Amino acid sequence: MTGHHRLEVSDLTVSYNRVPALHHIEFATSCGQCVGLMGPNGAGKTTLLKTLAGLLTPETGSIFFHGRKVSRANTDFAYLPQRENVDWDFPLTVRGLVEMGRYLRVGWARRFRKSDDEAVQSAIDQMRLGDLEKRQISALSGGQQQRAFLARSLAQEAHVFLLDEPFTGLDEPAREGLSNTLRELAATGKLIIASHHDLGTAEALFSEVLFLNGELIASGSTGVAFTKENIDRTYGTLAFSGKKSA
Amino acid sequence: MSDWLEPFRHDFMLRALYGCAIIGFLNGFLGAFIVLRRLALMADALSHSLLPGLAVGVLLFGIAPMGLFVGALAAALFVTVGSQIISRNSRIKEDTSLGILYTVAFSIGVILLNKVPSPISLHHYLFGNILGLSNDDLWMNYGIALFVIPTVAALQRPLLLCLFDPTVAKSQGVRVAGLNYLLMGMLVLTMISTLQAVGVVLALGLLIAPAATVYLLSDSVNKMFWVGGVLGALGSCLGLLISYWFDLESGPCIVLFLGSLFLLAYLFGPRYGILSKFLRRRHFHDESLERWAPVGLAKLAEPPVEEPRVEETSKQLPETPPKLEMPRVDQLLAEPTADPTSELIPETRSGLVPLDVSSQPESLSSTEFAPEDPSPTDSKSKPAT
Repeated sequence: MTGHHRLEVSDLTVSYNRVPALHHIEFATSCGQCVGLMGPNGAGKTTLLKTLAGLLTPETGSIFFHGRKVSRANTDFAYLPQRENVDWDFPLTVRGLVEMGRYLRVGWARRFRKSDDEAVQSAIDQMRLGDLEKRQISALSGGQQQRAFLARSLAQEAHVFLLDEPFTGLDEPAREGLSNTLRELAATGKLIIASHHDLGTAEALFSEVLFLNGELIASGSTGVAFTKENIDRTYGTLAFSGKKSA
Repeated sequence: MSDWLEPFRHDFMLRALYGCAIIGFLNGFLGAFIVLRRLALMADALSHSLLPGLAVGVLLFGIAPMGLFVGALAAALFVTVGSQIISRNSRIKEDTSLGILYTVAFSIGVILLNKVPSPISLHHYLFGNILGLSNDDLWMNYGIALFVIPTVAALQRPLLLCLFDPTVAKSQGVRVAGLNYLLMGMLVLTMISTLQAVGVVLALGLLIAPAATVYLLSDSVNKMFWVGGVLGALGSCLGLLISYWFDLESGPCIVLFLGSLFLLAYLFGPRYGILSKFLRRRHFHDESLERWAPVGLAKLAEPPVEEPRVEETSKQLPETPPKLEMPRVDQLLAEPTADPTSELIPETRSGLVPLDVSSQPESLSSTEFAPEDPSPTDSKSKPAT
């Protein structure tokens, strides 16, 4: 993995109104990986994703990407919300959605340059949405909707893609298609971090896993960290306590 | 024909038409924001809560635009911030607290405006009086439009991000809270200019009807803003002319006309209209029938497929199932040689209990099979204590 940008998280604690949701998280990974965030409901998966995206301010700790401290929203990180949180009836075409990814680079008032149009087109082509670019976003299938959001992140030229439960609500072929797309993106040097709750499919989907239950239980390559013991510790204990849940 | 052109020969009507064009455009333009953020209730609350602010403004400063604006802004802030404080500190949700506060504010406004000596009657505050528009009012409306429209146009991209997904907008560096406050301020300004056209009661219709109409016709946020503005302006002017031609009240006529346009879009919109949806479904149904009906008919015409597995299994089965011979309970009891360890007769601490065969059906009917609503005369159906 030499030459790939590294993401290093150390001593990260995040609270909502002084109530901690994540305790002293430490892990490191690098671009080119497809990382699955595993844990029960309320384990802090979305909190970790939002903190990495710069949407939440941590109480303690730091996030370093490519040697630089990440403190607020920037173009290196792209956050893809849960599908149920998106207003699919919004009057927006696929192309309009992908163009949104350029706003932070172009600025609020400047016109799109040729390079911006090319970046948008390239993202659309890479996600195989050329025939659908004029479609309103609700007229897409679940898998196509995820690809449209990935295309927006590509147009943003983000390095780290933070996906919140991307496989939820997708049928088997769509899940397979999205899984291949994520692997392709990882192969091009992107770092994919996706929260996921289905233990049955995690091994096939991710190259690395990160078990979370309020605190970090285990992290590492799927072959090493995806063990029964880690799964039991993640899903069988109460957050922070280490005690067995009822 | 000359009768139709008569309104254009009166100065007051020309002023009213200019006013309608500006106010209609402003409302149609800003309405996109309200429709897409689903803030219709908030906008309605704002327009109603302006009334006590206007009353206090008139009381303190007379009919001066700045006085009206300060009063209206204070009242709007009182209602919106107040509703948030109530919902955060109690189990009451924000829509309920907003509903209570704005109706209370509206009531205070009605009482105050009846008591405050004002050249404008309460009826005009409630339903508008576009025909009474003065040159000063017209200039105030121009001023508001010149501030609101270029500001919103300049903020188009962050606004689009914010409207679509505030979380992602924040992740891209948009100051979502600041943008919302700015838009709320512009909404209050727009409401003040709207009062003269349609009044506080009907302001919401003028604000959201054009944007909602374009929402049913287009998949572009830009069009919702700009075409919504044009539709608002044209609709307001035509509504005003209709009110003149047919001698009707102007404010309700404007809202009625815009509402009719919405209804047309709802019924006949090419993409999202009810009729086109119905036709598309029919078309799909016909297409589906055309494609699959021959397949289904061909399948019906085929001889039934023989299923060897069923045949094989039926061959394995004997013609008539063997009769199972089970001992009857009374026979078992009659036999004195019955083994006491037999599982058929349970053993208790006090030894073997003879099974009372005659009591079995009764005890079953009185417990497990008792009817839900037993008759009071049926003593057996009483639950066991």
